[in-house]
Amino acid sequence: MLVRVLNTLWDGGMMHDDFREQPNLPRASRVGLLLFGIYVALYAGFIMLVLVRPDLAAARPFGGVNVAIASGLGLIVAAIVLATGFLFAPTHRG
Amino acid sequence: MLHHTSSLAVCVFAAIVAGVLWLSFRLGRKGQSAQGYFAAHGQVHWAVNGIAFAGDYLSAASFLGICGMIAFNGYDGFLYSIGFLAGWVVALFVIAEPIKALGKFTFADALDARFNSRGIKLAVAISTLVVSVFYLIPQMVGAGSLVTPLLGLPQWAGVILVGIAVTFIVVTAGMVSTTWVQFIKGSLLVLFCGILTVLILNRGLDVNAGNPGPVTMTPQVRTVTPDGTVLIDGQPQTHDHDLRPVGTIARLPERFGDARSTGPLGPLAYIAALEDSTVVTWSKATHTDDAGTHETFTPRERPAAELLRPGGYFKGLASGTLAGRLDFASLMLALFCGTASLPHILIRYYTVKDAMAARKSTVIGIAAIGGFYVLTLYLGLGAMISGALDPTDTNMAAPLLARSFSETLFAIISAIAFTTVLGTVSGLIMAGSGAVAHDLVQGFMGVTLTDHEKVRIGKLAAVGLGIIAMALGILFKGFNVGFLVGWAFNIAASANLPALVMLLFWPRTTKQGIIAAVVVGMASSLGWILLSSETFKNVYGLDAGLAPMPFSQPGLVTIPLGFVVLVVVSLLTSPQQPAPISDHAA
Repeated sequence: MLVRVLNTLWDGGMMHDDFREQPNLPRASRVGLLLFGIYVALYAGFIMLVLVRPDLAAARPFGGVNVAIASGLGLIVAAIVLATGFLFAPTHRG
Repeated sequence: MLHHTSSLAVCVFAAIVAGVLWLSFRLGRKGQSAQGYFAAHGQVHWAVNGIAFAGDYLSAASFLGICGMIAFNGYDGFLYSIGFLAGWVVALFVIAEPIKALGKFTFADALDARFNSRGIKLAVAISTLVVSVFYLIPQMVGAGSLVTPLLGLPQWAGVILVGIAVTFIVVTAGMVSTTWVQFIKGSLLVLFCGILTVLILNRGLDVNAGNPGPVTMTPQVRTVTPDGTVLIDGQPQTHDHDLRPVGTIARLPERFGDARSTGPLGPLAYIAALEDSTVVTWSKATHTDDAGTHETFTPRERPAAELLRPGGYFKGLASGTLAGRLDFASLMLALFCGTASLPHILIRYYTVKDAMAARKSTVIGIAAIGGFYVLTLYLGLGAMISGALDPTDTNMAAPLLARSFSETLFAIISAIAFTTVLGTVSGLIMAGSGAVAHDLVQGFMGVTLTDHEKVRIGKLAAVGLGIIAMALGILFKGFNVGFLVGWAFNIAASANLPALVMLLFWPRTTKQGIIAAVVVGMASSLGWILLSSETFKNVYGLDAGLAPMPFSQPGLVTIPLGFVVLVVVSLLTSPQQPAPISDHAA
């Protein structure tokens, strides 16, 4: 019903049907998706650390700087490094 | 606190703002066509666009809000920095190049590229306006906070000042002038925050910073009487009888002996020394009786290490409550997903000429923005122990930190913060203006517009949005701007990201699926926020315990909800033949 309402109210049959005259869609680079996956793993690991092991986040193994700050700074640096590496990847998928 | 107005500050502020407006007026002649007004002819150099990304993105929330949150709550403010930057990874690796190829003027262009659907245009235009308005609120609140100490004007005057200046910028030349305003602002912001950080490290940890006398541990009480009179500890507030500035080091680490200052420290040594120090922070308690509303600020000595770990702001992290943890996880998800869903960021991809330029400009933007977010940690911690904080206003931490070094630096930093607001608000109003003229009037209503008419409607929409922004900026006075921006990210991520990602990666996505995902994502996240404990307490003035939502940040529920709705509706409305997918960018 929701679908019928959406169709009737907004397009009313006046507009193109789905998949008619559709332009080919551009896709993200495969290298980009790989780098994205790496960063997602790092980011998720950081969040899990803060959520599950806050005691570990307060530990100070890095010259007096605690894990929470060191890993936060590390995430920012990782984003810059991965982004810079992406400059050398091709612009299309494959 | 009452602040002294200096003529130097006024002159520096006036010079910078006048320069920005002059530039805008001068560039006005370059953007008279629709393509020029909304997308700067697609001819902005990628390096300029990259810094303009930083200028667009590093809003009052990033500069004023995060610094204030770190200064008052410690490490948790830095979580915003981490999340804000992480969102750019989504933009670069997943969204940037496809959206450049799909769109022309607005975000709706991209989502509607396959379908030519009026429903998509309407839903996305409304979503763009809602997100832009929510993002505008903290910018205007930040502007209001700035002008009080800088120019001696009330909060509302700052909001009006920004509103008029920004409307002028957008109406005169659209995206051309907006791009250059953001480029200049982004460059100045990163440069001067770098200088401020060098000064912080050069000062090191100093027990006497901003506070030549002994640390006072007496509570302070600010009372606002029913007739509006402000009392400090029972006496009328004057420049000579005012709240004392707060935020100091109580004791240095033992290894520094009896020294009152560590002297210059390196970046890591600064953090390590601070973790071993004892600081004085101030808690705030509010109660109301017949005599008025009383805010009591109470000092407390505590190890700085407590503030440099998670849990200072997100209390649930420290106490281990499930709702608190979910609130934190929800915010981090929204920040990660939100950047690539912000309409005013996405339209900047239309100002460069091709996909490679989009990629290069995003990398430049990430480098500038990432560098800035590293600096926010030092700015926030430096403000925390500067002895210069105004306990009534978390948004003023960074400018007051600058004042603890010199009046000139305070004037420059405040003026840059003001242009920060100008740059971001310009981008937001541009996005909203395009949504009205291009998506609503031309796309949804089907009105045939000449180039000139389209630009004129865009300018009228800009004026309307400017007025709305001013009203909301006055209404939301007192909120931390970083927190408010978190809400905008939640709505953007819930409404826009599921549709954008699925359009690019799932061939069976239909127009009905996109419409449903945008509407449900937007409505559910907005509804959640309006029913959250933070809104009950700070907006409605009700008991937070009455709020039906278990935590304040909706993204953890509403972002997945958007994906589920899109998949279900698309499956229900899917035609027989799947869409062709190209292996190459268009």
